[in-house]
Amino acid sequence: MTNLPNSAKVVVIGAGIVGNSVSYHLAERGWRDILLLDKGPLPDPGGSTGHASNFIFPVDHSKELTALTLDSMAQYEKFGTLTTCGGIEVAREPARVEEFGRRMASATSWGVPAEIITPDRIAELVPYLDKNLLLSGFWTPSAAVVDPLRTGALMREHATALGALRIGAQTEVLGIETRAGRVSLVRTDKGDVETDTVVIACGVWSPRIARLAGASIPLTPAVHQMIDVGPIPELAATNTEIAFPIVRDMDTLMYERQSGADLEVGSYAHRPILHEPDDIPSIAASPLSPTQLPFTADDFDPQMQDALDLFPQVLATPGAGVRHAINGLLSLTPDGSPLLGETPEVAGLWSAAAVWIKEGPGVGRMVAQWMTEGHTEIDLHGADIARFYPHQRTSYHVRARASEGFNKTYGIVHPREQWSSNRGQRLSPFHQREVTLGAEFFEVGGWERPQWYESNRPLLDEYADRIADRQHEWDARWWSPISTAEHLAMRDRVAMIDLTAFAQFEFAGPGALDHVQNLAVAQLDRPVGRLVYTPLLGPAGGFRGDVTFVRLAHDRFRVVTGGADGARDRKWFTDNLPGDVTFADLTSSVCTVGLWGPRARDVLASVTDDDVTNEGFPFGTGRWITVAGVPVLALRLSYVGELGWELHAPFEQGLRLWDTLWEAGQPHGVVPAGIGVYGTTGRLEKGYRLMGAELDSEYDPVEADLALPKVKSQPFIGKEAYLEARARDRAAVLCTLTMDERRYPQGGEPILTPTGERITDAKGRPSYVTSAGAGPSVGAYLLMAYLPPRHAVEGEGLLVEYMGTRYPVTVARVGRRPLFDPADDRMKA
Amino acid sequence: MDVLVCVKRVPATGSEVPLTEDGREVDTRHLGFTIGPHEECAVEEAVRLVERHGGSVTVLTVGPPESAEQLRYALSLGADHAVLVETTDPDPDPQATATAITEAVATLSTPDLVIFGNESADAGNYQVAIRVAHALSLPIVSAVKAITIDPATNQARFQRDSPAGNETYEVDLPSAVAVKEGLNLPRYPSIKGRLRAKKTPIRTVNPELAPGGLRTLRFHSPPEATRETVILGRGPEAAPHVADLLTDLGLTILT
Repeated sequence: MTNLPNSAKVVVIGAGIVGNSVSYHLAERGWRDILLLDKGPLPDPGGSTGHASNFIFPVDHSKELTALTLDSMAQYEKFGTLTTCGGIEVAREPARVEEFGRRMASATSWGVPAEIITPDRIAELVPYLDKNLLLSGFWTPSAAVVDPLRTGALMREHATALGALRIGAQTEVLGIETRAGRVSLVRTDKGDVETDTVVIACGVWSPRIARLAGASIPLTPAVHQMIDVGPIPELAATNTEIAFPIVRDMDTLMYERQSGADLEVGSYAHRPILHEPDDIPSIAASPLSPTQLPFTADDFDPQMQDALDLFPQVLATPGAGVRHAINGLLSLTPDGSPLLGETPEVAGLWSAAAVWIKEGPGVGRMVAQWMTEGHTEIDLHGADIARFYPHQRTSYHVRARASEGFNKTYGIVHPREQWSSNRGQRLSPFHQREVTLGAEFFEVGGWERPQWYESNRPLLDEYADRIADRQHEWDARWWSPISTAEHLAMRDRVAMIDLTAFAQFEFAGPGALDHVQNLAVAQLDRPVGRLVYTPLLGPAGGFRGDVTFVRLAHDRFRVVTGGADGARDRKWFTDNLPGDVTFADLTSSVCTVGLWGPRARDVLASVTDDDVTNEGFPFGTGRWITVAGVPVLALRLSYVGELGWELHAPFEQGLRLWDTLWEAGQPHGVVPAGIGVYGTTGRLEKGYRLMGAELDSEYDPVEADLALPKVKSQPFIGKEAYLEARARDRAAVLCTLTMDERRYPQGGEPILTPTGERITDAKGRPSYVTSAGAGPSVGAYLLMAYLPPRHAVEGEGLLVEYMGTRYPVTVARVGRRPLFDPADDRMKA
Repeated sequence: MDVLVCVKRVPATGSEVPLTEDGREVDTRHLGFTIGPHEECAVEEAVRLVERHGGSVTVLTVGPPESAEQLRYALSLGADHAVLVETTDPDPDPQATATAITEAVATLSTPDLVIFGNESADAGNYQVAIRVAHALSLPIVSAVKAITIDPATNQARFQRDSPAGNETYEVDLPSAVAVKEGLNLPRYPSIKGRLRAKKTPIRTVNPELAPGGLRTLRFHSPPEATRETVILGRGPEAAPHVADLLTDLGLTILT
């Protein structure tokens, strides 16, 4: 195209696999007047798509990433650009053999055929490796290689044939202008294009392009080293691109795959080598391509030895040499997940970045659906670019976490594993006290939260007969029996829990009620002082969030949400904010301590003159009280099922509040309790659901058993779908199950029929463990899982697959009725 | 026979060479380094000669400590020994470079053949080989595209292209020679070669160097070539024009 149009409905920047896929799926969904730009030439503009190793192993522990991968494989297959060759992850170490047991569980959960195989079988499949180094293999017959450049070309062709797409190659974007917070124009070296929607699919350059519009895309370019060794006669003789399964040598963090006559060797074992998007050379200044940087041989030498050990013959073939060696650039993010969705900073500016070849087509389809319908059929809360708080969008944070995360690419990562870099960013006012009490800090949203307190170790003796020790190291990793003891002490006496990581917002003004009503399923037009817990739905009726509203005045609402969800929720709350509503983010000005347990009232009554009796301050209400001169917003509710309050105070008076409660609590045996109690043990006993675990956009309130008795007359987002969900039989319902044996699944494991069959519901969704944890007061280890009605029968026996073994479980509760204190007598005491 | 190959660490650039702001140097912050194509052929030829006739290959470079990377590359291709003549001046001129090489060679057992790339891939001064040969009183032929050794007579035969055909020189060993790309097809480094290279010690010498007489004032990038698209025709009618174009470019073989 010689001349750019003056305007376009949408400008997609970046013609790698992601930009092509977004353009194609927008066209498929009826978008017209799509303009796809790239600075480089087609079909290979020089980004990461052009040099990736292009193989796909479908199984990931993450449901979200596996779903995107499976969707992408189906698309590659449809375009005829997928070659199934199978893939084997091989174990050299016993810890990896155990990890394969967990990978099998994930494979079963997400419905990918896989098998654990012996070294002999590995050698049958890949005759040119040394099986003597190996202990076992995780065999995925459907693993494949794909051609993303060809796929992209076919996608462009298709969208062009629909009359939907125009393409501007070798067109550099110089600026993105905004008007009133929304994209208005894209400036390029070939002219300006008016548009109100831009998609940034620029891979490693994305941060630079986003910055043109005043937004951030928190990723860093990082090096992944690859070499091609050949010619190798055994491979050349196959006369094909790939005839043998791909090998992932997991314990050396490497892979080896046939590529024609060569063996391609790639590594995630070398030191993290990060680059700045602005420093990536231009096409003209690059010997190969901008994302194929000069190979730094010293970094790769140890891996060469590892590769030679596993492939001693083929890699030592006389005449075979390193024919191609690059420091290939890929995108790393602070948490390893993609960056998808509309940026929180600029309306109409979408990100489709930090995507691997294996997810590219699926990401394109989801982003196009999101742009068109406002939701995605695959839940993407973990990939939503809005998930980051401001400090997590800084280059400082991105580089720290990307450096730490790089070597975890093939690592064995425990689901509770904590990051060690860039900690200590957000500290509650109680932090010093917690340090003194020996808190073990876990991080959420950058906040340091005590998970348990070493000062409570003496409680282990007190409750020795009720605390189950975990024999297996994996079960006990990032965990302490102290959590169980804290839980029991809370149920017996009273506990203080730091909840400062909550995100808190206020809506005020004449339009506040209508605005919050539109967001919430529950009726919010309640008397001042009422607390309302409510799901927030997306347009298709799946969960978008769950929060607690407090009506502080006729025209003022406080909303409290989880620390993990605050950034996403903030965007959801402020999108389309009406002119007569003001919004304030109070997260950094309010601290919170939870005071719960049978003696909570005694403690609170001793430090306030306000009425905290059951009559004067009933359950489900909130009001301002004064504690030692500190104005406190006290909310009588509990996520752990106990009598007590969330006490919200001005941040700078938090320490005073903590010290006052602590001192007053001493005669009552107060203990500090960690998030292990709040988020897991106390919650699970009460059957409370967690956003991102039980609640995601693929499930609705009827299935989660959170539908309310009545539907309010006012409109709200997702209402139509919610009404439909209520009218039909639910395909699955959230249940609480108990482990019949002393093993401790961690979440994500498949629930199977008594004969070991995978369970799926009428919508094709699998039954898997959404949350898992101890229930110390009910004497059982608890799992939550959605089950189809035929299995959702209390007392029914099923199986859970954990670490390669199937254990019996029993359906203990169908729906939300809790195992512990089902009548809520304690909370309402 | 003992062969010495001299190589130079040069930036690996694309079609556009980035310059520092003052224009005095190539901006290498984001560039990798390599040896030039002539020198790749020089190393390959040395390795082949020793494979055929026995002896050993020593590779030598003059440059900063980082030049060890290029020595290890040559070792991975099959060179046996490596010498790094370390300089404080990051880019010594041809005169200083030649002096450094000459002094370093004096510390080695006298090679039978000293092979240079015809000119360095970056500066292209065409001087070092001739200066070294002169200083060591060795015969030298440049632009050589074929080498044969006759051990019986201890002579070398060097062949090079000329506009009229080609020229062949016979010289007595020891000799120097400056070779050009096309001399051979260099091999790729093998994995084992690379692992061996990693373990081979590099001998470092630190000569006192007087600066030479050549100073770089500044570089200028050539004006961007304007590109023009000419449509040669459409469908079958385009074929003769395409054939003419390929002939003009010298890409067709007339039989």
